[in-house]
Amino acid sequence: MKNMFKKAIVAVAAAGMLALPALQAAVADTITVGAILAETGPSFLGVPEANTLRMLTEELNARGGINGNTIELIVKDSGGNPEKAISFAKQLIEENKVFAIIGPSTSGETMKIKNIAEQTETILISCAAAEVIVNPVAKWVFKTPQMDSDAVKKIYMEMNRQNIAKIAVVAGNTGFGKAGKDQLLQIAPEFGIEVVISEVYDKDATDLSAVVAKLMANKDIQAVVNWSIVPAQSIIIKNIRQAGWDVPIFQSHGFGNIKFVQAAGDAADGTIFPAGRLLVADVLPDDHPQKEVLVKYKNDYESRFKEDVSTFGGHAYDAFMILVQAIAEAGPDKAKVRDAIENMKGFVGTGGIFNFSPEDHTGLGLDGFELITVKDGKFALYMN
Amino acid sequence: MDSSLFLQYLFAGITYGIIYAIVAIGFNIIYNTTGIINFAQGEFLMLGGMISISMLQFMPLPLAIAVAVLVTMLIGALIEMVFIRWINNPSVLRMVVITIGISILIREAALHVWGESVRALPYFIGSAVTSIAVFGTRISPQVLIVIGACSIMVLGLSLFFRYTSLGREMRACSANRRAATLCGINVKNKVTLSFMLSAGIGALAGAVMSPITYTQYDNGTGLAIKGFTVAILGGLGNSLAAVAAGLILGIIEAFSVSFLPLAFQDAVAITILLIILFLRPHGLFGSSEAARLKEF
Repeated sequence: MKNMFKKAIVAVAAAGMLALPALQAAVADTITVGAILAETGPSFLGVPEANTLRMLTEELNARGGINGNTIELIVKDSGGNPEKAISFAKQLIEENKVFAIIGPSTSGETMKIKNIAEQTETILISCAAAEVIVNPVAKWVFKTPQMDSDAVKKIYMEMNRQNIAKIAVVAGNTGFGKAGKDQLLQIAPEFGIEVVISEVYDKDATDLSAVVAKLMANKDIQAVVNWSIVPAQSIIIKNIRQAGWDVPIFQSHGFGNIKFVQAAGDAADGTIFPAGRLLVADVLPDDHPQKEVLVKYKNDYESRFKEDVSTFGGHAYDAFMILVQAIAEAGPDKAKVRDAIENMKGFVGTGGIFNFSPEDHTGLGLDGFELITVKDGKFALYMN
Repeated sequence: MDSSLFLQYLFAGITYGIIYAIVAIGFNIIYNTTGIINFAQGEFLMLGGMISISMLQFMPLPLAIAVAVLVTMLIGALIEMVFIRWINNPSVLRMVVITIGISILIREAALHVWGESVRALPYFIGSAVTSIAVFGTRISPQVLIVIGACSIMVLGLSLFFRYTSLGREMRACSANRRAATLCGINVKNKVTLSFMLSAGIGALAGAVMSPITYTQYDNGTGLAIKGFTVAILGGLGNSLAAVAAGLILGIIEAFSVSFLPLAFQDAVAITILLIILFLRPHGLFGSSEAARLKEF
């Protein structure tokens, strides 16, 4: 008798556990969106991205969600570590059964989970910039930052204008840095530019005076391109100016957070880099198509989080808003939403105006960029 | 290579070298008094930098650094009293594991208190772009401050250990604990003092190098590894040798950049360490007999 009783309890419990997920699905029509962001870790990427996503999710749910479906946001902190990104991706897809994943913050992490997203047919909208994320194109993988190849072209166009022909390239040893270095070396001949020296520095490097000495030894160098997403990019700028070298310094769009500028102090003044217009939203002409979106996001973010906007938060903003628009158009069906994103045209975001296509999963071109410089420790439009 | 370039490499090498040397001296002080390798040494540098940065909001720079050094010394004493003191005859392995655990603890606490962002003290003289001419090459004045402060510390420590009674008592503890106790020296207190001293010099080094290298919750680990390398290179326990070894390593690292890609810089340091350990395991300046007598 007792044995039967025990077995009955176990059977009921097991049935209950099996029923639970079904119950959950029936009760709420929430769309679960996962995010893998580098909230901790050496770069100032993940915090603005996570803040932006949380802010937008709250605003959206307060307005009633998308056609009555609220969004449940799950943010995982990968610390910029590709191995953690892989395990969080699997967790989000298999356990939390997310509808889509926004992020990761860095190119290295994105490349590691690109296949996972493709195989599990999960929409992945990355906030990382390397071209290899969308080239070769994977059906389910998109990204919102501008192409690093376009950033390179923007820099080279300016160099042509300044008659700079011989340059040195220093890059951080992250996925973003290495991809950028490859693009810089590959595209240089098209613009008649010769890369005389190229060096890779460790992302945790604390002093780069030795490599600066090596560059200074070569008197042919007319400009230095510093391509990196880590705080060490500020260190090398300081080392160059401390060595008394006033060579023009160009940075990548990985410089787009005021904290990198603050870390470099006065050394950052005069550096030039391509970035989205978010950093100079206030000085855009009123009839610029992006102005309204940029100014609203900037004011919302800065008043809520008491820190300056950065282009990284902007990439998260674009990813979220594109996803939301696609869901609004196509309903909560993964395949249809994917198609909707792929065919989206004329979407006004912080990075530029997005025009996706089956061959182009970035949606942004050269005109997503503006050349920005630093004046008195603040971002300013570069006037040439 | 012309002389100005040579000097630039040299200064880069000396800056690094002397920082490694200070970390190594910190290892040596504790090792000498207790036989323990304190892997939390790097964290003392990080704390010195971080606490000075926090204190800077309330007081002028010299005072902030002084407070940071004192607080870190207290933390060092606390660590000793809470984790080390009550362990009798610890094995080397056990102490290594304990000190690594302590370093992780401090690191996570720092992450909690200060967050993950990178901070720095402002440059003591001028700003990030100030550069002064020295012997025909230009360097930041902060580099000279780092070299100066660390040199003064090294000098002060050697005077302390040689000429003050407290210093001699600590050397007695390291030579033979039991004999020292028989002479009436309070060995337990000397152990605490050695932790405080190591913490103090680490904190000062961490503060002066903060403008150049930035301070972040986890920059202690890399420094501890390099510092340990230098301590072994010079011969564990020999502080003057640590200074020499630190400078040698720093300068070799800096000059290696001139003919190798930068990415190999760390590999150079480790390769040198491996070569020395194969050929002279007791370090460049250690004596082989003494090394055989020591447990580690």
